[in-house]
Amino acid sequence: MLYIKCPHCGLRPQTEFSYGGDATVKRPELNKEISDQDWDNFVYLRKSPRGKHLELWQHISGCRQWIKVERDTLTHEIFTTLKANENI
Amino acid sequence: MSDNFRLDKGGLINRNKKISFKFNGKKYFGYEGDTIASALLANGVHLIGRSFKYHRPRGFFGAGVDEPYAIVQMNRNNEVDPNVRATEQELFEGLEAKSVNCWPNVNFDIGAINNFLNKFFPAGFYYKTFMWPKSFWYKIYEPIIRKAAGFGAASIKHDKERYEHKYEYCDLLIAGTGPSGLASAYAAAQNGARVILAEDKSRFGGSLLTSEVTIGNQSGQEWAEQIISELKSMPNVIVKNRSQVFGYYDHNMLVMSERVSDHLPKTDKYTPKQRLWYIRAKEVVISSGSIERPLVFGNNDTPGVMLSSAAKEYIKVYGVLVGKKPIVFTNNDSGYETAIEFKKNGVDPIVLDTRKDADSEIIKEAKELNINIKFSYVVVAAKGYKKVNSADIAKISDDKKVISNVENIKCDCICVSGFWTPTIHLASQSGNKTKFNEEIDAFVPSHSKQKETTLGSANGVFTLEENLKTSFEKGSELSKKITNKENKVSIPTVVEKKSSKHDKFWCVPLPEGKNYKRFLDFQNDVAVSDIQLALREGYRSIEHVKRYTTLGMATDQGKTSNLNGLQLVSEVENKVVPQVGHTTFRPPYTPVSIGAIVGREVGKHSKPTRKSPMHYWHEKNNAVFVDAGVWLRPRYYKQGSENLFVASKREAKNVRQNVGVCDVTTLGKIDIKGPDAAEFLNRVYTNAWLKLPVGKARYGVMLREDGIVMDDGTTTRISENHYHMTTTTAQAANVLSHLEYYLQLVWPELNVNVVSSTEQWAGAAIAGPKSRDVLQKLFPDLDVSNEGLPFMGYMEGNLFGVNAKIFRISFSGELAYEVNVESDHGNFMWEKIMEIGKEFNIQPYGTEALSTLRIEMGHVAGSELDGRTIPYDNSLEGLVSKKKDFIGKRSLSKKAYLEPDRQKVVGVVPLDKKTSIPEGSYIVKDAKAKLPNPKLGHVSASCWSVEYDNPFHLQLLKTEKI
Ligand SMILES: [Zn+2]
Repeated sequence: MLYIKCPHCGLRPQTEFSYGGDATVKRPELNKEISDQDWDNFVYLRKSPRGKHLELWQHISGCRQWIKVERDTLTHEIFTTLKANENI
Repeated sequence: MSDNFRLDKGGLINRNKKISFKFNGKKYFGYEGDTIASALLANGVHLIGRSFKYHRPRGFFGAGVDEPYAIVQMNRNNEVDPNVRATEQELFEGLEAKSVNCWPNVNFDIGAINNFLNKFFPAGFYYKTFMWPKSFWYKIYEPIIRKAAGFGAASIKHDKERYEHKYEYCDLLIAGTGPSGLASAYAAAQNGARVILAEDKSRFGGSLLTSEVTIGNQSGQEWAEQIISELKSMPNVIVKNRSQVFGYYDHNMLVMSERVSDHLPKTDKYTPKQRLWYIRAKEVVISSGSIERPLVFGNNDTPGVMLSSAAKEYIKVYGVLVGKKPIVFTNNDSGYETAIEFKKNGVDPIVLDTRKDADSEIIKEAKELNINIKFSYVVVAAKGYKKVNSADIAKISDDKKVISNVENIKCDCICVSGFWTPTIHLASQSGNKTKFNEEIDAFVPSHSKQKETTLGSANGVFTLEENLKTSFEKGSELSKKITNKENKVSIPTVVEKKSSKHDKFWCVPLPEGKNYKRFLDFQNDVAVSDIQLALREGYRSIEHVKRYTTLGMATDQGKTSNLNGLQLVSEVENKVVPQVGHTTFRPPYTPVSIGAIVGREVGKHSKPTRKSPMHYWHEKNNAVFVDAGVWLRPRYYKQGSENLFVASKREAKNVRQNVGVCDVTTLGKIDIKGPDAAEFLNRVYTNAWLKLPVGKARYGVMLREDGIVMDDGTTTRISENHYHMTTTTAQAANVLSHLEYYLQLVWPELNVNVVSSTEQWAGAAIAGPKSRDVLQKLFPDLDVSNEGLPFMGYMEGNLFGVNAKIFRISFSGELAYEVNVESDHGNFMWEKIMEIGKEFNIQPYGTEALSTLRIEMGHVAGSELDGRTIPYDNSLEGLVSKKKDFIGKRSLSKKAYLEPDRQKVVGVVPLDKKTSIPEGSYIVKDAKAKLPNPKLGHVSASCWSVEYDNPFHLQLLKTEKI
């Protein structure tokens, strides 16, 4: 079970969080033209890297904040955690 | 025949407390402090079960967790406990145990026929058998194997015992209380660290309980006792016996299973049977010791053949002789320690040492005691069926290839020692890259991945002096890093006997013309010949050999067999062991009961139960409840002998004719505030929200980015910047997370806050032609006329002193209102509604009638918004704005979503007006058509229309195709 440092609350067990996927995906802006291909990529296409991965978790049983976690998908090592508005 | 093998004195058992117990129906006596194994051995019982595959007689092989044979089934306090190791189960008065894996009984076992048919049970037997005619498997093999196989039978009854989970945090978790565990725990505790020290046995001390050493001026055992009692008195230390750390998971989380009450006849009130500890440790010390390796020879599974360390433990801890004419067969000095113990207790052992010559302090002592020692000697084969009665022994050449001078000598046990295997399971589970240590022919931990340190013989170091020194230092160093405190501990002097080098020899060659089975894995019956066959058949990777032969895959996880298996593969393959590598160690290290894993989350505790504030009113009024997610909701209110069908029809009819009231507390509610709230809702919902006036509600549909409908509900503008959103019961949590996602990550510039208010409000839906009359009487001061409170209108009121929110919304097609009050007043509101509604023939209605009313109206709900449908499929396209952008809009122009033959919600009435089609039924054009018969859709909802008195269904159907 992972031990995740919520930037708002501190170290908490994985059971308090829910997983939110790739944190580098940016939602296309509203009211802007976008090709079918680009939209499909946004909705469906995700990388599945072996190694470092910046991902979203929500501290659902805590502060309810969405946070960013840089984690190694192979070793589960967590390098850093960030608030929603922070970037590496 | 019940010989007495108990010594007159000695051991750590309590001889003042005699205990009676039953094994296979027969009564025996033992003492407090015995295990089932030691007590049976004291009674001369060696036959405990049958082996897994060949059903050969099996006895005791070890004295602890490594035991591969002695698995019993227990009956404790009317509960069945399968897969109990007799070497670990402590005796209590009245204990009842029986053999497993034998049928009809242990002495006459029908499965033993497998032993004589063993040509048909080679490596890969199961795989090969599946290749045979199918009918053979179903009719002949499977039923017999089912009956004859397995390690006990689980009860089909609900387990009444209580199991608990516990979460702990510590600076140092130390697994194992041998010398290294004790020393590191002591040093860490002195530095003020929070320490958890765990021992799987009932007694602390590990190897110190059986070794002849002096620490300071105390015996090893006395020293262990003193350290433990000091540690127990310290507030920063938790000391636990009967506790096995069995799993090492990510981020230094370890799981330990504590057998709290298994050693007692029954579990005390308010205590669990077992407790599972989830421990997050800053540092972990693995001092789990080592397990003696068997030597491999013919019929080495015969009862009476056991590890020499086990024989020593039975003498020193339990005062029990495992035999009176022992052979000690060894390739190192450990066997001599066992021989010396026999000799000291008046039994003459013969030592067969595979080494040509060896000399050390221990061997000298054995010689001084006049123990018969034969160098360059081996056991070729054990003789005897249910118990060893003699052994063929022989001289072995210096190159260990040739045996000669075979002779048969009488014996009643053979104690084997093939040197020691460090217990690296936990280290390996933690991700440690282990390495092969040529010195000891075994793997030891190497590079740590997590914060873990292995000490003592688990690390391949076998001298006490060195282990104590390293462990005191490591314990101090690891804890100092955490506590920044250092209290130096002086390291005591140690007196121990020095050993000489072990012999790498481990497997005795077969004599000319003999075909003895030489076992590697005693629990899964894997013999040398099975591995050789697997290699001949082309299996190379050790992981494949393991799976094909099942070597090391039994419940003992190959504790005694792994290394010998590797040695054999490396020999046949002409590789060195490290090239072969070892298979992956996975948790659990020892079997863990399902009860402990589940903990208290059984029955009604398997999930939380949420009840509305009106729950007890429903209960008192004969509500029959249904699970709605984690909520309990009234399905119908039973009157007299009514069933579901009759009651729900009556309730629905009363709504259509008079007025009904339904508990809608479970609906998800989200409070939304902020200057940008309207803009936010406009992006979340498919329809337009910017112009919704204060005091009005609106129905809305929200999508996921892929265009699928996520949820629907009404949202009301309470004031300029304040909205009250409702969601379906099931989606409440997901919708909140969804809103938070967009506010926190996608549009942080929007000034909006959301919070769940589901628990804050109790809700009652009042529906039916007379609902306005009821409402008017509830709120006599308000104008609730059609003009005063129009459709989708909202107002606040005072319900006999309680603040209320009133919404005019309908789910049933009837005139209807929803009244919300703060949860604490929910029951008050409900009783008032019932009291006032009486003159209008009000009746409560449950979810079944609620469903009927909405299905009749063709109003979609969860069974249509099932995570696969878009607005069009639900005929909700009218709510999809063409003017503005919103979440998921871009997906709606996807080709697949524009196909003309999409399934669409339709209402269906059977032609005969009688036949009801169950929900979930598939719709095909011709039920008799050949397969594959294309599916046109399915029935999503089904009811009996009270309006027309016939069945009525909603279906998701490809209407184009009909
Ligand atoms: Zn948090």
